[in-house]
Amino acid sequence: MDLSKHSRPAEILIKAFLVFCGFFSILITVGIIYEVGSEALLFFSNPQVNLWKFFTGTVWQPQAQEFGILPLVNATFMTTLFAMMVALPLGLGVAMYLSEYATPRVRKVLKPVLEVLAGIPTVVYGYFALTFMTPLLRQIFGVDVVNIYNTASAGLVMGILILPLVASMCEDALSAVPQSLRDASYALGATKFETVVKIVLPAAISGIAAAVIVAFSRAVGETMIVAMAAGAGPNFTFNPFKSAETMTGHIVRISGGDLSYDSIDYNSLFAIAILLFLFTLTLNVISQRIVRKYRRKYE
Amino acid sequence: MDSPNNSENAIEVSGLNIYYDKFRAVKNVSIAIKQKKVTAFIGPSGCGKSTMLRSLNRMNELIPSCHTEGKVDFLGQDIYAPNVDPVEVRKRIGMVFQKPNPFPKSIYENVAWSARINGFKPGLGRPSMDEWVEICLRKAALWDEVKDKLHQSGLSISGGQQQRLCIARTIAVQPQIILMDEPASALDPIATLKIEELMRELADEYTIIVVTHNMQQAARASDYTAFFTMDEDRSGILVEYDKTEKLYTNPSDSKTEAYISGRFG
Repeated sequence: MDLSKHSRPAEILIKAFLVFCGFFSILITVGIIYEVGSEALLFFSNPQVNLWKFFTGTVWQPQAQEFGILPLVNATFMTTLFAMMVALPLGLGVAMYLSEYATPRVRKVLKPVLEVLAGIPTVVYGYFALTFMTPLLRQIFGVDVVNIYNTASAGLVMGILILPLVASMCEDALSAVPQSLRDASYALGATKFETVVKIVLPAAISGIAAAVIVAFSRAVGETMIVAMAAGAGPNFTFNPFKSAETMTGHIVRISGGDLSYDSIDYNSLFAIAILLFLFTLTLNVISQRIVRKYRRKYE
Repeated sequence: MDSPNNSENAIEVSGLNIYYDKFRAVKNVSIAIKQKKVTAFIGPSGCGKSTMLRSLNRMNELIPSCHTEGKVDFLGQDIYAPNVDPVEVRKRIGMVFQKPNPFPKSIYENVAWSARINGFKPGLGRPSMDEWVEICLRKAALWDEVKDKLHQSGLSISGGQQQRLCIARTIAVQPQIILMDEPASALDPIATLKIEELMRELADEYTIIVVTHNMQQAARASDYTAFFTMDEDRSGILVEYDKTEKLYTNPSDSKTEAYISGRFG
């Protein structure tokens, strides 16, 4: 009987490959941060740029050396707000229906349909905003009130885009609530609605909160719909029917044009990008914290 | 066994059959449960005693594959009649489960919420919500242990305390019958004893029906005992139902005798 150690080269090879896979994503992330960060640093170290004006200025006109980010940030949050107004109530409603009310047969049909919705390319949603939502808004509120490009239309359609994400995350949170809590509630003479709203929803609240934050960060980063339907040109306005350009939309438009490498205009794009990255990173970290807290609860 | 239509009966079950899809889990059970007594359902695993218990307040309906035939008369009304609302049934026939399942709310809210959804309104001549929560927690023999931490989570106390919180919350609804599905099987011996004492005390005001695996528990805590077992189709049948003392000392069926003397089950 031979109990001595064998060398198993295949084991080592596979382990090495898997380690590489694990570190690859980290490497890519670090690379992106380095690339975007160093260009952004060039921008911020430029004597023409005033950090205070960057964060408080309401005019973004790189040709005129005006670098106030607020119009872009404002448009981003306007579209995001509209997206959330659609995605949160509808998404939570869909999730509550799927998890608590739908019969298995209905669920079997509805879930794949939602996944199809999630699989539609965003450029198609962009067309949908331009050719359906905008005309609809103009019909309702008047052609004089609603511009052809406007943040409301882009935001509403973005809400439809994010809806499946919210629905699926909320449904996971709701179905993770133990059946024993529902049983307890029914045994006390609670109705279905009381059980869902007062017991199941609060028990799932951290999962739902995480869904909200992920949806928010998705909306902030969404590009195609806003680039097509929100407008082409920074505009500091709180009127959702006026055109305005979001951070992502601006980056797309300018980087598609002919910009000389290493000009301040060029570098400014990276400053926007790093700010965007910080927004979504913060949101993702918060949502992960919440999810972790919520996992511990029922173990 | 007493004849049916006895006004001392809290529940009269007749010809009850319960199915999971095609499988008949409970076969032709008829039983009359005495008011304000503790009745124990005993029997080997899988004999349908929990299913039987859950049929008494229509909890089985929450399992999609389950359906019930037969009559369950509660104070002269068949709770399976088509016009009966299961929510109304469960307000009057409460249930405590095997695993303690307090809501992830405060101890206070666990009790107060149950009272509130059942239309509890404090007012003149009636206790305030604070008083009512105290009354319920006292009845569940939990008040002294939690009075200083009413606003901590119901999940922060021990398993035995959680189970008594679940009982307090059930009392807050003011039911007439409390069903208990192996209420002590997840608890340690001391906590178990406390639950048993509590069952005895609660029987002054409520009808208690308890499913238990523990024959000593049934012997200690119950006035009446029903022995269930499986027939050749693995369906649950009621073998014998009598005063606990009689059933344990002088069972009339040989299967009961075999079970309680530990020869099977």
